[in-house]
Amino acid sequence: MCEPAQPTRRRFHITSIYGLWTIISGALGLPAVIYLLLPPRTRHRDEWVEVTDISSLSLNQPEEITFRRTRKDGWKMISEKAAAWVARISEQEVVAYAPQCTHLGCAYHWDEKQKNFLCPCHTSTFGIDGKVLDGPAPRPLDRYQSKLEGTKLLLGPVVQSDEEG
Amino acid sequence: MLRKLIDWLEHRTGIETTIKNFLYEEIPASAGWHQVLGSVALFFFLCQAFTGVMLSFNYAPTPGDAHNSLRYIMTELTGGRLIRGLHHWGASMMIIVVALHMVQVLLWGAYRKPREATWLVGLVLLQLVLAFGLTGYLLPWDNRAYWGTVVTTQIASKAPVLGQYMLRLMGAENGVGVVTFARFYALHVMLLPLVTVGIIGIHVFLVRKHGVAPSAGDTAPKKKFYPGQVFKDTIAIFAAFVILFTLAVTVQAPLGRLADPTDLSYIPRPEWYFLFLFETLKFFEGPLEIIGSMVLPGLALTALALLPFVDRGELRKVTRRTTAIAAVALGAIGWTSLTVAAIVTTPKEAAGQDEAEQIADWQILSAEELAGLGYFRKENCLACHTLGDKGKAIGPDLTASKRTAAWHISHFKRPQEVVPGSAMPPVSLADPQLNALAAFVLKLKPNNAQSLVDAPQDVVDGAVIYQRQSCGACHQVNGRGIKVGPPLNGVKDRRTRAWIIQHFRDPQKLSPGSTMPPYRFNDRDMERITNYLLALPDREPAAAEE
Repeated sequence: MCEPAQPTRRRFHITSIYGLWTIISGALGLPAVIYLLLPPRTRHRDEWVEVTDISSLSLNQPEEITFRRTRKDGWKMISEKAAAWVARISEQEVVAYAPQCTHLGCAYHWDEKQKNFLCPCHTSTFGIDGKVLDGPAPRPLDRYQSKLEGTKLLLGPVVQSDEEG
Repeated sequence: MLRKLIDWLEHRTGIETTIKNFLYEEIPASAGWHQVLGSVALFFFLCQAFTGVMLSFNYAPTPGDAHNSLRYIMTELTGGRLIRGLHHWGASMMIIVVALHMVQVLLWGAYRKPREATWLVGLVLLQLVLAFGLTGYLLPWDNRAYWGTVVTTQIASKAPVLGQYMLRLMGAENGVGVVTFARFYALHVMLLPLVTVGIIGIHVFLVRKHGVAPSAGDTAPKKKFYPGQVFKDTIAIFAAFVILFTLAVTVQAPLGRLADPTDLSYIPRPEWYFLFLFETLKFFEGPLEIIGSMVLPGLALTALALLPFVDRGELRKVTRRTTAIAAVALGAIGWTSLTVAAIVTTPKEAAGQDEAEQIADWQILSAEELAGLGYFRKENCLACHTLGDKGKAIGPDLTASKRTAAWHISHFKRPQEVVPGSAMPPVSLADPQLNALAAFVLKLKPNNAQSLVDAPQDVVDGAVIYQRQSCGACHQVNGRGIKVGPPLNGVKDRRTRAWIIQHFRDPQKLSPGSTMPPYRFNDRDMERITNYLLALPDREPAAAEE
């Protein structure tokens, strides 16, 4: 029997119930969302890995190279094999592309006849400068940060190309 | 529109009627604030389930990785410390609330006919809550967890006849290890939650079946559960939640060092709510031990279970249930004094830390900087530069240099290009080594030069090895390096030389679950790197200047 004599008291009870449960849900839900969505505050510095000597790399003749690098994966430091396509695109400039197609991540390769990069999955093709020539790829090939010390090529993390293809 | 949707749902599922039946349940007029505790306990169960699931999203349930991933949750994920805090302190709050709930039922005599089954099922729930605490205790896999569980399994093994089987069931026949961990984890996150949900269901069903227990002599017309009593329940839940949240924010849930079966200095203590049992155990020795560990707790539970069958007279008002009040008071006094005694007799940990340690200037260098000193000596820089009372003053005084690291490195490589006419020969070292050398030169000051030049050669060589093996990719020294493995400062107090050497050769043998690869140094290098580790100061220097 809800006492009809005290409608304000009843309303106060109901408002409090909804209000307090909203606060509790917020106090639990909000941290959970932050916890799940925010990236880890990792203190890992990106390191440069010496991957190859480029003195033998000829112009317009990309080569696939593999190297080992250490990377933080969640709570673990892992040492893993990584690959890059290294291309000398002019006398001075050497670039290193991440080995996945920017469409859906298949491994592409260098087509010797056509002189371009061809992805076997959906036939995206990229020029030696990484630009999309054909196919569904949304943006040019992603590049590793790179620097040269003499003829030694050092690679850092992959930077996603932001140019529209 | 909304009404239509609700009507549709009601017609298909009957959900509205179900909720209404639940909320407009009739309860005695005497129901009130003393009956909120069951709801609070249920809330904490749901809260533990929620935070538990959140933790499991970033938790690796194997020894070693468990510790690493929990540290990751607490130090690298935003909100991770809070979630762990809620789960850790939520466990304690749960125990308190369940105990208070029992005490309330005891005092008011709410366990009496026809509610005997509700009471017995409640006793099962109490044991389930304790089992949650016991199994969850192992999951951080730190020293506290490991040693606490060693004691628990040993107690279980002393049970007559069944002991060995209990031990086997817990996967602890050959000591606490990966099997024990897997069993405790499975219990904690699979079996116990499933069983508990089921039994909570039965408990709540029985409460509903018999109705909320009225106080003695309550003949007034009944009232509805909603909103009056729901309001009281909500206020109580909110208050309890505020306490929990405050605890989680202000008091950091403990995460000790990675479990170490060879750490003989660790003094295991159970969680606070088991301390009274721990203290009781001290009164019984040898074969009598099971009296404290099993007979007495068993008797206490049996007595509680028999209570509704013994207390069958007329129900008196709560203030006149003197026997119940006396029993509860006696229990509380006994529990408190045992717990206090256990706390008082716990030795203070690590008392030695107060002695002020004399730290030499070279001890606070990072591994890279100290390795730089190694190259400094190897390249015979003292032939032309002075440091303290050593060296010849042919070249400039390095302690006064105001150059940058980049300048030093290009100067090392081609001195004459940077300083035309310089008589310095180029330093033929690889880049990482030149970096270290430059880092060392930058650290040189007039007031620390003497200490740096006097650093023991073995230790400096150790730092060179440390640097060459990239130990800093997983360990911290003087606050520098990545915190994947344990920080190495103070390792001299935690480990012996023999332990460190053996750990290098086979890390997993001494720290099961460790992700460290083995290092097979030759004897000379092993001595050097060990000397280096043992020379590290206890604590990292306050606010290393960067």
